[in-house]
Amino acid sequence: MAWLLIAPAAIGFLVFAVYPTLRGIYLSFTDYRLLSAPVWIGFQNFIDLVNDSTFWASLLVTLYFVVIAVSLTLIASVVTAAILHRVTESTLLRGLIILPFLISGVVAATVWSWMLDTQLGIVNVVIQHLGGDGVRFLTSREWAIPSLALISVWKNMGYTSIILFAGLQAIPPSIYEAGRLDGASEPKMFFRLTLPLLRPILALVGVLNVIGAFQVFDIVSVATKGGPANASLVLQMYIYQKAFGQFNFGYASAMSLVLFVILIVITFLQMRLLRANESDTN
Amino acid sequence: MTASIARTLPIARSARRSKFTVGRGVAWSYLVIVVLVTVFPFYWMLRSALSNNYAMIADPSSPVPVGFTWGPFLRVLGLASPQAAIAEGGSGASVPILHYLLNSVIYATISTVLIVFFSTLAAYAFSRLQWRGRELVFAFFLAALMVPGILTLLPNFVLIKDLGLLNTFAGIILPGALFSAFNIFFLRQFMLGLSTEIEEAALLDGAGKFRMLFGVTLPMTSGPIVTLTILGFIGVWNDYFWPLLVTSDSSVAPLTLGLAIFKQSSPQSQPDWAGLMAATLVAALPMLILFMIFGKRIVNSIGFSGIK
Repeated sequence: MAWLLIAPAAIGFLVFAVYPTLRGIYLSFTDYRLLSAPVWIGFQNFIDLVNDSTFWASLLVTLYFVVIAVSLTLIASVVTAAILHRVTESTLLRGLIILPFLISGVVAATVWSWMLDTQLGIVNVVIQHLGGDGVRFLTSREWAIPSLALISVWKNMGYTSIILFAGLQAIPPSIYEAGRLDGASEPKMFFRLTLPLLRPILALVGVLNVIGAFQVFDIVSVATKGGPANASLVLQMYIYQKAFGQFNFGYASAMSLVLFVILIVITFLQMRLLRANESDTN
Repeated sequence: MTASIARTLPIARSARRSKFTVGRGVAWSYLVIVVLVTVFPFYWMLRSALSNNYAMIADPSSPVPVGFTWGPFLRVLGLASPQAAIAEGGSGASVPILHYLLNSVIYATISTVLIVFFSTLAAYAFSRLQWRGRELVFAFFLAALMVPGILTLLPNFVLIKDLGLLNTFAGIILPGALFSAFNIFFLRQFMLGLSTEIEEAALLDGAGKFRMLFGVTLPMTSGPIVTLTILGFIGVWNDYFWPLLVTSDSSVAPLTLGLAIFKQSSPQSQPDWAGLMAATLVAALPMLILFMIFGKRIVNSIGFSGIK
C-alpha cells in the first residue's frame, strides 16, 4: 500500500531529478552536439571554460545582477515588512504589494520594456519633463544590468515582504511594549529587536533570493536578450545560447555544473551563517 | 467607542492605535510610495492597452488612454481584420494569443492537479502509514529540496527529446507532474499533526486504507491542499524556461512563450506597444481574477509557506 502511494513521486524523483542530475554531471565531461552520441573528453570542457573570456564576463555580469537585485530586494522587503508590522495589518495593502508575484517574468519584462523605452517610455518622459536627459535603460552597457535588477526587485519585493511579515507576526507585541516603556525609539527598536528576531527567516529568504537571482533568465531573455553586446549576458542566458543556439550540450552542461556548485556552496555558507546566528535570538 | 477602549487599555492598544506622529507619517508615506510603485505598471498596462498605438506614440505622457479603443484587445485576440489592426498601429500579422491562452489553461490545470494529487498520496504514506524504509526514502526526497534544479534542465530536455515528446503536452507536463519535494514536505508536516482518533474510529467501522485516505484524511487536509494548488497553479502559469526548451509549436506552447514571441516579432522601429500591453493583460488576467477570489488566502498561504 505505502509503496503504491509513493510510486508516482518515487518515479518522478528517480526519472526527472536523480537521473538527469547524474546525466548532467556525465554530459559535462563529454562533447555532445545532440545529433550524435556524447563522446568522453575528460576535463576539456572545464579547461575551455577557464579560457573562455565570455564565460568570465558572464559570471561577473551575473554576480553584479545578484548583488544589486538581492541586496535591494532584502533591504526594501525588511523595511516594508517591519513598517507593515508596526503600522497596519491590512490584508488589502499586503494584497496590493504582492501583485507582481502573480505575473510571469515575461509579463513583468514586457511592461517594463515599454515603461523604460528610451524615447516613449513613461519613465524617460517624466525624466525629460524634469529637465533630465533620457536614459537608455535597457539598451546601454552601463544601465542594462541595473535596470534588469530593478525589474527583478519590483517583481520579488512584495513576495519577500509578506514572508518576512509572517515571520514578524510570530514576535509577541509585549516585547515592543517593553521597549517603549524603556523609552526606545521606533528606529532603535527596529535595529535592536526586529532585525535580530528576524535573522533566521531573513537568512532563509536570503538564500532563496540568491539562488533565484543566480538563475535569472525570463526577465533578461525578454527585456534585453543578453545585450547590448553581452552586457547583460547572465550565466543562464549563456548556457541557453550554447545549448540551443550552438547545440553544444556538453559545454552548456559543464557551465550548468559550475553554476550548480556555486549555488550549493552559497547555500551551505548561508546556512552556516544562519546557524551561527541562532544564539542571537535569545 | 474604540477610543474609549483604547483609553482603558493603553498598554495593549497603544502600539497600533497611537495618535499621529512624525514617525507614523513617514511610515505611511513609505507604504503609499511602495504601493504606488507596485501598482502603477498594472495601470499603465491598462492605459496603454486601451490606446490607439499611433496616437499613444504622439502623446506618451497622457495619464489616460490616448484615442480610446478596444482595438489592441481585438487584434491580439484575432478579432480585428488585418486592415483595422494596421490602421491602429498593429503589425497586421496574427498572433494566436487565444490558442496560447487555451494551452496555458490545459498545461497549468493538468500539471497542478497531478502534482498536488501525487504529493498528497506520498505525504499520506510518509505520515500516516508505517512501513520499512519510510524515513530513509523521505530523507532522499528531502535532499531534493536542498539541491538546486539547474542541472536537470538540459538532461530533462534530452530525455523528453529521446522519448519523442517534444512539442507535446506530455513533454511539457511530465517532468513536473510527479514529484515535488516541497509539496510532499508541506503536506506531511500537516498530516503528522492530525489526530489519529477519527482514523481509528473509521478503522473500527471497517473502513479500508484507501477509504480512510480519501474519506477521512483528505477532507481534513483540504486547507493545505487548496494552498498548494493555488501556489502551484501560479507557478506553472508563469513558467517560461521549461516550455521554451520543449515547445516551439503554437499548438502546445503556453502564453508566456506566445507573449515572448509576440514581443520579439514586433517591429523594432515601431513596436505595437498597445497590442503588447493588451496581450500582457490577457496573460495576467487569470491570475488577477484568481487573486480577487482567493486574495486573502494567497497572502496568508505565502506567509505560511515561507515559515514552514
